[in-house]
Amino acid sequence: MAAAPLVEFRGVTKRFGDGPVVLDRITFSAQPGDFVSLIGPSGCGKSTALRLLAGLSPVTEGELTVAGRTPDAAAAELAYVFQEPTLLPWLTVAHNVDLPQRLRGVPAAARAATTRRVLELVRLGDKAAAYPRQLSGGQKMRVSIARALALEPRLLLLDEPFGALDEMTREHLNEELLAIRGAAAWTAFFVTHSVAEAVFLSNRILILASQPGRIHHEVAVPLPYPRTDDTRLSREYLDLVAGVSRLLRSVPAVPAAARS
Amino acid sequence: MSPRSHAASRILLPALTGAVVIALWYGIHFYLTPEMRFLLPTPAAILDAFREHRAVLASATWNTAQGALLGFGLALVVSSVLALLLSLSPLVRTSLYPYLMALQMTPLPVLAPICVIWVGAGLNSVALLTFVIAFFPLVVNTTQGLISTDRNLVELFALYRASRWQQLLRLRVPAALPYFFTGLRIAATIAPIGAVVADMNAGSSAGGGGGLGFQAVIYAAQAKYPALFATALTTCALGFVLNAAVLTLAWLTLRHWHDAYERRDR
Ligand SMILES: Nc1ncnc2c1ncn2[C@@H]1O[C@H](COP(=O)(O)OP(=O)(O)OP(=O)(O)O)[C@@H](O)[C@H]1O
Ligand SMILES: [Mg+2]
Repeated sequence: MAAAPLVEFRGVTKRFGDGPVVLDRITFSAQPGDFVSLIGPSGCGKSTALRLLAGLSPVTEGELTVAGRTPDAAAAELAYVFQEPTLLPWLTVAHNVDLPQRLRGVPAAARAATTRRVLELVRLGDKAAAYPRQLSGGQKMRVSIARALALEPRLLLLDEPFGALDEMTREHLNEELLAIRGAAAWTAFFVTHSVAEAVFLSNRILILASQPGRIHHEVAVPLPYPRTDDTRLSREYLDLVAGVSRLLRSVPAVPAAARS
Repeated sequence: MSPRSHAASRILLPALTGAVVIALWYGIHFYLTPEMRFLLPTPAAILDAFREHRAVLASATWNTAQGALLGFGLALVVSSVLALLLSLSPLVRTSLYPYLMALQMTPLPVLAPICVIWVGAGLNSVALLTFVIAFFPLVVNTTQGLISTDRNLVELFALYRASRWQQLLRLRVPAALPYFFTGLRIAATIAPIGAVVADMNAGSSAGGGGGLGFQAVIYAAQAKYPALFATALTTCALGFVLNAAVLTLAWLTLRHWHDAYERRDR
């Protein structure tokens, strides 16, 4: 395990203004190719952790590096999938996927090819000329993922991307996501509230506790990739889901500060 | 309702309303005692007045339309630039808004003589006064649009390190378009009205420069009531045309993506 970590949190603390500590001395590192899920109670700082990684918000104390650089300097290495599809309603699907590449100054010819390729990848090749309002919720989310993939990121941040979708669509998109990942092995940080989803997708799960946000437990998921529908029926998978659920329930419900 | 019967009813229903209105009109006209009938000339009498005064009305319409369009166009350009400026920061807005409002609060008949002193009676004044009243709804709506951009989309642009310029052109301006068109519709409605009122207060008939407002004053003084009604209908038509133009432009721009233009198949 000599490989340099792609992401390294060293005693990272975050507070907004004079507010309470949102993330408290997080220390954690992710190797290239890791699929890390973050799970924990609402408000424990999962989104904040992703925002720090994306350089959208500064670290208060400690040190955070992405590919050995500050998050701000490493911005070109990562892509972000928000909880909402966050598409521009006045642009077609293809132009939405095109947008971040355009903002980064990718030449037009390369953009067109990439856009076509990633739309095929999320199986929306036939929707390139459609407008977002003509798509279903799941389709919009796939456009959002395609837009992120078009940047060929080394690090992909996903903040509850499938939270608003029904169970069937979600499972389906989980499989699709792993299949896509087979082609280009980006490192992922994936926020979710679903234990099943976390176990199915990741090789590492971080269970966070709340107020202040901190790592309560880390669980390794030794299930081999590629994972398919059959994985969900396997004994190991079901045991892991039960185990993580139990750990999640052991997260103190009353904030640490309030108890003392 | 099938699409065809829907389209038919869109023509049929207003036509029906029109027929009822005209019937009522005649009803009221003949209900009045003969010596009072001048109060409401019949549609036929008004049509005759149109024919008789068509040369005068045409030139007055052209003059008013010029003033309205010039003022409207000027308001469009100046308000867009100012809205961009105002959208920069709340500080700029708080410093400038009170003065913009003061301009809007001053009644047109009071502003009119001031305009006349500055730019002379006639087209210049009419255009300037139209500009003043059309300008406010435009600048307010466009500014609101420019600062109401979806926070998530702003975040997206920040994430991909878009320049301020890219953020403005690719995000804020398109997102402001629906607001802009709301302002434009209001402006298109009040610009012709403003032009007519301005013409009454700051118009000039020198060299055939009189507009519809001027003509209305003259017809009223001469007791040419059918011609007065014809003038009123003409100002109305002018407003309709400008409105229809703006609605068409809005439809062409927004139909693909804005919810107001969504047509769902059921
Ligand atoms: N910009 C901000 N300013 C001040 N406080 C903030 C800001 N963003 C987040 N917080 C606070 O930080 C804490 C963590 O928020 P965060 O959004 O990271 O939670 P989360 O774990 O993603 O929750 P959820 O599962 O509900 O999405 C919350 O208490 C929130 O109020
Ligand atoms: Mg969150």
